[in-house]
Amino acid sequence: MSLMKRISLIFRSKANKALDRAEDPRETLDYSYQRQLDLLSKVRRGVADVATSRKRVELQVNQLEQQSAKLQDQAQKAISMDREDLAREALTRKSGLTTQIADLKAQHAQLQGEEEKLTLAQQRLQAKVESFRTRKETIKATYTAAEAQTRINEAMSGIGEEMGDVGLAIQRAEDKTAQMQARAGAIDELIASGALDDVTSHGSGDDIARELESMSSQADVESELARLKAGSEPQAIEAADDGPILEAQSEAQPETEKSAAEDGQ
Amino acid sequence: MIVRILGEGQYDVADDALDRLNQLDSAVEAGIEARDEEQFRSALAALLDGVRTVGAPHDASSLDASDLILPHADASLDEVADLLSGDGLIPG
Repeated sequence: MSLMKRISLIFRSKANKALDRAEDPRETLDYSYQRQLDLLSKVRRGVADVATSRKRVELQVNQLEQQSAKLQDQAQKAISMDREDLAREALTRKSGLTTQIADLKAQHAQLQGEEEKLTLAQQRLQAKVESFRTRKETIKATYTAAEAQTRINEAMSGIGEEMGDVGLAIQRAEDKTAQMQARAGAIDELIASGALDDVTSHGSGDDIARELESMSSQADVESELARLKAGSEPQAIEAADDGPILEAQSEAQPETEKSAAEDGQ
Repeated sequence: MIVRILGEGQYDVADDALDRLNQLDSAVEAGIEARDEEQFRSALAALLDGVRTVGAPHDASSLDASDLILPHADASLDEVADLLSGDGLIPG
């Protein structure tokens, strides 16, 4: 028997089982309607859950992209200071992040697809539940046993199939969301612990930043010194016109700043 | 005739398109029997595409049961095996 036929028979037998449960077929209608409403709220929750997961992944992508930009900056800085080794280290770490980001983006797309599918499933179920409710009231109002049974059977198998389908969709979305959340949790922890600074496990902590910082503060001191030295000469010439006291002051000033800068190191 | 693709909804398919769909369906079955995930996936994708191409979406508010039901597009072999065993379905 064909695959398509086999699956549809299984769905039908499930729907029929639900139908056999109640003695009065009209009770079956009410019971089924209640289940439909339950399923509708379940699918709404499902959509919300998937959206939450998606937003979380978005947030993580942003964080990792910031981290990646920071490493890029560091590489640039390192190159401008002739430290190719540091630049290489920063770029290596960045490439580790790039893989993570690509992974997360793929997951993000998957979650978005799941969210769209569930939203559509929700709309379809909503439309069918609405029809079912109308039909249920009609059947109950015009109830004569034989006629009603046929119409109940029709309504039940139609809605039963949709419910089975939506139920499956919810289950799949839940499974996927759970997987993503486990992964997202792991990445959150990594970000919090700062271990992602160290994705390639060379070195420890953000040593690139530390080294660049100490290099650039040395460079800052040097350039400040150079500026002061350059600045003090014309001042000294001017001061010479005004007399020896001022000249002495302008000589003394760079001296104090220089020693302050040295103390700061 | 009404064909449902799980997760996508129902399609109205003309009866004369059925022969072609049956061929595609046989390919899916062959993939399942051979436990060949690759073959199964590509055959399923072709079958679902076939239904989407020849079919028109069925009225969403109708309560008609489908004549045929197909697995969702990204179903794995194991998931279809589950479907066929009747597990994992929420009874109507």
